[in-house]
Amino acid sequence: MIKVHSYESMGTYDGPGLRLVVFLQGCNFRCLYCANPDTIALQGGTLTDPEEIVRMALSQKAFFGKKGGITFSGGEPTLQAKELIPLFKRLKAEGIHICLDSNGSVWNQDVEELLQLTDLVLLDIKQFNSQRHQELTKHSNSQTIKTAAWLEEHNKPFWLRYVLVPGYSDFEEDIMMLGEQLTNYKMIQRIEILPYHTLGVHKYEIMGQEYQLKNIKENTPEQIEKAAGLFKRFFNCVYVN
Amino acid sequence: MESVKKFKDGLWSKEINVKDFVSNNIKPYDGDASFLQGPTEITKQIWDICLQAIEEERANNGLRSLDNKTVSTITSHKAGYIDKENELIVGLQTDELLKRAIKPFGGINVVARACKENGLEVDEKVKDIFTHYRKTHNDGVFDVYTDEIRSFRSLGFLTGLPDNYARGRVIGDYRRLALYGIDRLIEAKLQDLQTLTGPMTEARIRLREEVADQIKALKDIKVMGEYYGLELSRPAHTAQEAVQWVYMAYLAAVKEQDGAAMSLGNVSSFLDIYIDYELSNGTIDETFAQELIDQFVIKLRMVRHLRMQSYNDIFAGDPTWVTEAIGGRLNDGRHKVTKTSFRFLQTLYNLGPSPEPNMTVLWSPELPEGFKSFCAKVSIDTSSIQYENDDLMRSVRHSDDYGIACCVSFQDIGRQIQFFGARANLAKALLLAINGGRCENTGTLMVKDIPVLTGDVLNFDEVMANYKKVLKEIARVYNDAMNIIHYMHDKYYYEKAQMAFVDTNPRINLAYGAAGLSIAADSLSAIKFAKVKAQRNDIGLTTGFDIDGDFPCYGNDDDRVDSLAVELTHHFSEELSKLPIYKNARPTLSILTITSNVMYGTKTGATPDGRKKGVAFAPGANPMHGRDAKGAIASLTSVAKISYEDAQDGVSNTFSIVPKSLGVTEEDRVDNLVDMMDGYFSKGAHHLNVNVLNREMLEDAMEHPEKYPQLTIRVSGYAVHFVSLSREHQLEVISRSFHNRM
Repeated sequence: MIKVHSYESMGTYDGPGLRLVVFLQGCNFRCLYCANPDTIALQGGTLTDPEEIVRMALSQKAFFGKKGGITFSGGEPTLQAKELIPLFKRLKAEGIHICLDSNGSVWNQDVEELLQLTDLVLLDIKQFNSQRHQELTKHSNSQTIKTAAWLEEHNKPFWLRYVLVPGYSDFEEDIMMLGEQLTNYKMIQRIEILPYHTLGVHKYEIMGQEYQLKNIKENTPEQIEKAAGLFKRFFNCVYVN
Repeated sequence: MESVKKFKDGLWSKEINVKDFVSNNIKPYDGDASFLQGPTEITKQIWDICLQAIEEERANNGLRSLDNKTVSTITSHKAGYIDKENELIVGLQTDELLKRAIKPFGGINVVARACKENGLEVDEKVKDIFTHYRKTHNDGVFDVYTDEIRSFRSLGFLTGLPDNYARGRVIGDYRRLALYGIDRLIEAKLQDLQTLTGPMTEARIRLREEVADQIKALKDIKVMGEYYGLELSRPAHTAQEAVQWVYMAYLAAVKEQDGAAMSLGNVSSFLDIYIDYELSNGTIDETFAQELIDQFVIKLRMVRHLRMQSYNDIFAGDPTWVTEAIGGRLNDGRHKVTKTSFRFLQTLYNLGPSPEPNMTVLWSPELPEGFKSFCAKVSIDTSSIQYENDDLMRSVRHSDDYGIACCVSFQDIGRQIQFFGARANLAKALLLAINGGRCENTGTLMVKDIPVLTGDVLNFDEVMANYKKVLKEIARVYNDAMNIIHYMHDKYYYEKAQMAFVDTNPRINLAYGAAGLSIAADSLSAIKFAKVKAQRNDIGLTTGFDIDGDFPCYGNDDDRVDSLAVELTHHFSEELSKLPIYKNARPTLSILTITSNVMYGTKTGATPDGRKKGVAFAPGANPMHGRDAKGAIASLTSVAKISYEDAQDGVSNTFSIVPKSLGVTEEDRVDNLVDMMDGYFSKGAHHLNVNVLNREMLEDAMEHPEKYPQLTIRVSGYAVHFVSLSREHQLEVISRSFHNRM
């Protein structure tokens, strides 16, 4: 059984084309800006038969067109890698394109097998600077960088996603360092800058938790433009989501 | 005839058969939109005059001027112009732009009230004639209505019946005038009349009289043409004449009739044949071709009918449903997309967005990519297109030359017509099943022998058994009402101008309708999967429901509840098809509300799904807003399960989305919308309105209507200008699911 938080059947922002996005329950990061705090707890979610997810994907396969498919997001989906492996195999057998939206921090044999079964990885690098990454997510980024290298080495196409949080992840030197390290990666098909937003703040109120970034304002167009400019020095395909 | 030599001969050369002409001469276009031209200065000048007039109309409570004396007929008003020297296509319903006319054959009381509501009295002489000497449709119907029908009507079980307004929905094959000219059409009708011999049964006598009336109408149309200096007796020779002739045939229809929907048919690819011929010969250029279509569309946008306020409550936004079906495929595998298909859509840029004419794209995943992408782009930019499933309609209805009557209704052009039937309220009917056959609001006994439910918690099998009895009775009363209405409409307000462009003795479909499907399905789901207790007042009528536990809601691709919606549609359709219909019409059913879902909600008490008394229904076959928890595709997938076989008058669905939600880049948005429609229609869905807008835009438009004069919103099967909706309707539109991803 798989712990599912929720579904978005018309995903247009999590991988190419129209996608069924399955948000899984549970995360190992504690990102200060998290817009889905209700997906963090390892307990909870709806225990779901993988066949139900296959059924839903098949039911909407007609909408996927040439580019679309299914995306597993979260939470951190690789926490359930073992349970996902047979599901990914079923989906592949049905000819469904699979994206995996991951922070890249979990590594074990199951994750490795899962990545092998994935068509396109959406790799979230929250910060390249390890210390600032730690502050932002309460977790190290060393495995994430290694995961990027693994994807490159194993010819696994991936999109690099970067949440742009003012004062936390928009430092020029950090973005430059990231670019210098990864600029030669041939498997990076796209860079997606995800501007910081506060659409998840109300969830903290409902959950009775304090939102940590109360004083952080959304990016100005200039901030976004600047970050995009920095990435464009190193990569061809830079998009602002 | 000169026109004949230009085009490839076929059956059409020997008989009245436009379909054959199109099939022999159409030039499908596989390219993209890059050839299109902007508006000419002259077009802009004419359109500016119209915009000024529209502003005056809006400032004057929606009516610019009114002729309260002249009974509108094909020849009643002399020529009217917008800008005589510059108009390429001429003709107005009256002698002045946006001046409305009276059409009392439908009902003198209706006309009198509409005049009064606009501060005028209907002319005394007209009133006298239509009160004392000439009976009307409305009077005929109410003379004959039974007490039972009156009660189902007034309490809101059957609503919007075309008994106090004209039924509309008949589409003449207006192309015939251009291809053949009046003289040839009269000749054909005279031949038909000769073969309609005895025995002189009532049906035969009636048909002979109808054909005789059609011939008179054709003669009148010739006279109307003369007002404008047009020789309509002969076929059109040029592209400009072809457009003009088609418009004259349509104009005759909207001068004589004020039906709820006065649709145009599928004229664009027909006109393309004439335009393409002249473009190839070099006698016109693309700019002129676009100018012709722009000016034609300006005329279609200026069509108006006089309505009373109670009519606006059902059909909000002053609609005319000048529906034009664009695209689709031929049965031989060729597609029907032409450059003029593009030119029609281009008017939404050249003149700005508009609900009229109601552009309806007949979609197939097999249509050329260039056209599909252009449609998606126009949808994103203007929200002014609706889509219907061409593959589905061709395979189930067998014709590849059809138009759409009103919003969703298939009509084999020139060979079939349709009787419009408004709709029955399925949600309110369910409350009869729970209230022993009594109206939940008044306690009136509507259906006898419905057992009173005994248990504390509603029992699904008990409710369902009662519901089936109720639906059978509602179908019976509904059928009675329809037979009376269409008998009287034929008798007192026969559409002779439109029927003159239709085959003699066409096949007729009776378009029944149903509202409140999602409420009924969710209510049944609640009763089946949760524990529902009825709260009852002191005379035992339900006032609310306590729901304990979860239940699946329609709109989440969950077969447990979607199957309830599918089966309910099937069951009601079956009940209706058991009943005999006037003129041997064939029953069809639509799951469609236009804007009347608001009014239906007002008339319906609290329902077992948790909906409170008076709350608006979801439109058409849409899932109830806010209950689709898995996003838009799951919602579309649920609706796609409703079988078109069971609802051949159409299954309407409205999809609203803010542009950003369609994708990151403009290219993504276009591609995603194309994929969405390919997916939706390949799953056997029938119809989709696409609204691409944002909530802030709508909220701002409520406060500042003057800033959004052309803001078009699609509501179930139709588009209206947002600013012309009542505040209640505006709020309803805003509260609909925006599928706004977080």
